Amino acid sequence: MTPTTQHLRAARYTWGGDEFLFVEIAEAMSLTANFTANAMASALAARTVDGIVDICPANASLLVRFDPDVIPPGSLEELVRDIEHEVAQLSEQTLETRIVEVPVWYDDPYTGETVARFRKGHQRPEGTDLDFAAEENGLPSAAEFIRRHHSSPWLVSMVGFVAGLPFMFQIVPQEEQLEVPKYLSPRTDTPPLTVGHGGCFACVYSVRGAGGYQMFGIAAAPIFDPAQRLADFEDFMIFFKPGDIVKFKPVGEEEYRAIQAEVAAGTFTYRQAPVTFDLQRALDNPTTYNRDIMETLNGL
Amino acid sequence: MAFNILEPGLATSVQDQGRLGYYHVGIPQGGAMDQLSASMANALVGNAASDAVLECAYLGPKFTTDADTVIAITGAPVAIFVNGTAVEQWTRLPLTAGDEVSFGMLTGGTRYYIAVHGGIDVPSVLGSRSTYALGALGGLHGRTLAAGDTVPVGDGAGTPPRERRESIPDELRPAYAKDITVRVLPGLYDHRLTAHGMDTLVTASWTLTPVADRTGLRYAGPDVEWQPRTQPFGAGSDPSNIVDAGYAIGSIQVPGGKEPIVLHRDAVSGGGYAMVATVISADMDLVARSAPGTQTHFEPVTMDQALAARADAARIRRAVWV
Repeated sequence: MTPTTQHLRAARYTWGGDEFLFVEIAEAMSLTANFTANAMASALAARTVDGIVDICPANASLLVRFDPDVIPPGSLEELVRDIEHEVAQLSEQTLETRIVEVPVWYDDPYTGETVARFRKGHQRPEGTDLDFAAEENGLPSAAEFIRRHHSSPWLVSMVGFVAGLPFMFQIVPQEEQLEVPKYLSPRTDTPPLTVGHGGCFACVYSVRGAGGYQMFGIAAAPIFDPAQRLADFEDFMIFFKPGDIVKFKPVGEEEYRAIQAEVAAGTFTYRQAPVTFDLQRALDNPTTYNRDIMETLNGL
Repeated sequence: MAFNILEPGLATSVQDQGRLGYYHVGIPQGGAMDQLSASMANALVGNAASDAVLECAYLGPKFTTDADTVIAITGAPVAIFVNGTAVEQWTRLPLTAGDEVSFGMLTGGTRYYIAVHGGIDVPSVLGSRSTYALGALGGLHGRTLAAGDTVPVGDGAGTPPRERRESIPDELRPAYAKDITVRVLPGLYDHRLTAHGMDTLVTASWTLTPVADRTGLRYAGPDVEWQPRTQPFGAGSDPSNIVDAGYAIGSIQVPGGKEPIVLHRDAVSGGGYAMVATVISADMDLVARSAPGTQTHFEPVTMDQALAARADAARIRRAVWV
């Protein structure tokens, strides 16, 4: 069972050389650990401290880059410990964010081609990554795995690896988390917009390159647009932010092609709605809570 | 003015001091791998330290200049030719419009830098001209140079190159040794190694493999032992796996206990491998200068020693600009 309240032990502070402070909030992934990482990152950013170069919240940890010529390591640690304490005292654990619908063509021929290219050395050389994922999760078929993948929303728990790549954690009790091992040896190639999965995390590959996550399908619209051509990228070339909530929407070839045409014409925009994410409600009753937050998309 | 690229070289890219502040969305700092050498090249041509230069790896470009200018080449020792005549490295090189610059073989190290008066004048993206090829961002069209490219050069605000110094004195030039000691600060997930594993990391002689680029450098040597454990939820199955976290630049990971990787200036910003130590900021240039085959020793230091080394490195950097 998912506990209704999750208490984290005190974070672990350590140094990544003379320019990085690393704060491990928890060893294990959980919504609570991720919420704490993002809350600490926001609180630290709000202090606008000289010498802090970059604040990088991750799944269950926080990495802070600093300039030790401006802020001594000891002072920074003291400040972040203060913030950890402050966040732990918060009576209301809510996040003003948005829910975004991400159209995905699951089990598509493009991903199929890449999956076929990297069968050698795979855990399950026969079949596909989807077949493997279904088996690993004790599900009867790839189709059932796909259904589970898009029927509950995901929280963007971290952005990175490469430019704009979202790591996503499904908002379901731990026993319902889809868990799939990564490739035994990383691939040398992954097409952009491939929907991947490794451990308990989903991702959408933002650029072409190496990768180790199992591959399930292809997202229909860009998530990284250095030329900032589409309206969703007017403010910044990267679409996702930590704390975003993602609802995957399965599309077939026809709809995929229609979205691609909108992207080419520069008219595509993501369906999205503002939402207040309430950690306690998500932990207490994820099924009802997910239905409520997904409902906000339907009024559009 | 501009350089016309006849041959691009192996991986020639526009770089400056880097793009800070976007690591939280996966965009690495980038910038010249060997910052000191790049800075020295800028000093020789009368630029600011922040001006963009060309970074060449192994095989340099062949190019012509369309106007009179001054260039300087620093970094890994390499033969340089202007119109086929050998010229000096680490010194100001006046060029006349139409001159052709080309390179011979490297005799050590990996990367060298071409600075030109006025700086390479590609558009600044997110505060930097550095090329982030994986994200097709910055530099010239977001990629390494190609034959036929025209590389724009700034006008140096209309000022003639200030004769700051004619050449870099020998004692300030970096060395390109085949056996180096790199100082590291143990930390991050070092507690996940066995005592024997940590001992191996800091006592073995590691050989830099050819798998070394702007993202990271991989070293061959003995296995490094991880403590077995029941893995936390979401962390992946190997003892070297963690729940995906941010990667410090310069951090050392040892996936599966084999072949440590040092992440460098185009680092991936996060992932699921535990890091066990980080190269101190003062020694990142030293790592960048390594050629495959370089014997590398990782020497553990304290934070105080890392900060003292950082101050020493800053003094050397400043000396160039006096």
